[in-house]
Amino acid sequence: MAADNVQTFTDGNFETSVLKAGGPVLVDFWAEWCGPCKRLAPTIDALATDYAGKVTIGKLNVDENPGTAFKFQIRGIPAVLLFKDGAVVESVVGLAPKEDFKKVIEKHL
Amino acid sequence: MSSLRDVIIIGSGPAGLTAALYSARANLKPLVVEGHEAGGQLMLTTMVDNYPGYRDGIMGPELMTEMRAQSERFGADMIQGNVTAVDLCEVPFVVRTEDAEFRTKTVIVATGASARLLGLPSERALMGHGVSTCATCDGYFFRGQEIAVVGGGDSAMEEAMFLTKFASKVTVVHRREALRASKIMQDKARANPRIAWMLNTEVDEIKGTDKGEVTGMVVRRVGSGARTEVALSGVFVAIGHTPNTALFKSQLELDANGYIITHDGSKTSVPGVFACGDVQDHVYRQAVTAAGSGCMAALDAEHYLEGVPEHLQT
Repeated sequence: MAADNVQTFTDGNFETSVLKAGGPVLVDFWAEWCGPCKRLAPTIDALATDYAGKVTIGKLNVDENPGTAFKFQIRGIPAVLLFKDGAVVESVVGLAPKEDFKKVIEKHL
Repeated sequence: MSSLRDVIIIGSGPAGLTAALYSARANLKPLVVEGHEAGGQLMLTTMVDNYPGYRDGIMGPELMTEMRAQSERFGADMIQGNVTAVDLCEVPFVVRTEDAEFRTKTVIVATGASARLLGLPSERALMGHGVSTCATCDGYFFRGQEIAVVGGGDSAMEEAMFLTKFASKVTVVHRREALRASKIMQDKARANPRIAWMLNTEVDEIKGTDKGEVTGMVVRRVGSGARTEVALSGVFVAIGHTPNTALFKSQLELDANGYIITHDGSKTSVPGVFACGDVQDHVYRQAVTAAGSGCMAALDAEHYLEGVPEHLQT
């Protein structure tokens, strides 16, 4: 169950919603068969609430959107990438505590 | 400062959640601090065929979801996040998380074990970029490619076989001639035509740090010392586990490998602190044994609480 303020990114909308978006965008690359990804979901939901209006936060299903996953050389999930002005500025691969994500986000606010 | 708790359980794998189930049913209102690897190692598995009661098997993550819901049904409280510090020197014990502090009469340690790494700088740099400790999470990204699995135990065999569903070739690298894996797992793996073997061989370096993704590895023959470079795009590390006991160093008695030493069931060196699951077991390491020891810890904590001195009763 994704919170309302967590967006869904796809191969189709990635360019406009992430790369050309104004301000930082946090993207959680995940898949249905990935246990740790499911465990990370509540953390992503909480971040979306904490940073509402400051950071765009969303998820991209790598199964359904292999093009984007391939483009950003995703080789392990969960992988959370922070984009700013169309480029990757931070990445966190694997499960991490919420505090780690906050530290990464705060650097780019 | 929050009120005094009867039981705080640190960890949410089969040991922690079974301890939660039993202590919740004993009306002890346990608080479970789940940890950032919530659900434990079973979250990284696929089908679990050896947990009794599921005749057709059950997916590891689903089993953990069931266990969690079952302990919540009886009133266990769950909080996300990690424990950042504990103070077990005096009662009540103190357990701190990223944003709260709790006092408790008993602590059940069920922090489990995490995947051990080779310890190479290149391995850390390329983690998530071709280096992985989770075949079920990351195998998908290696469709049609050549990869290696490092390790010689049951988990290494299982990962290698799972990965042949995606990879064109999986090379098992093990530092000894003999595998540690059980015979049934070895036989299965050896019969798989997509698995190649590099025994008596150690990994010296993973190549690709300059490119930001794995391009190969340098291996060394044990004995001759001959080094060769092998081109591949993924390295899965399955060389065992290390117990998550950093929080308890100098507070609980640990063995030479860092596991918590338990005696008379689940008792640790500190009265009122109990341990269960893989954090105190490097021998059996099964979901069912972890669950069993979680039950023991909850019962031991319950008995201990019955004898807690008056001045500590709420």
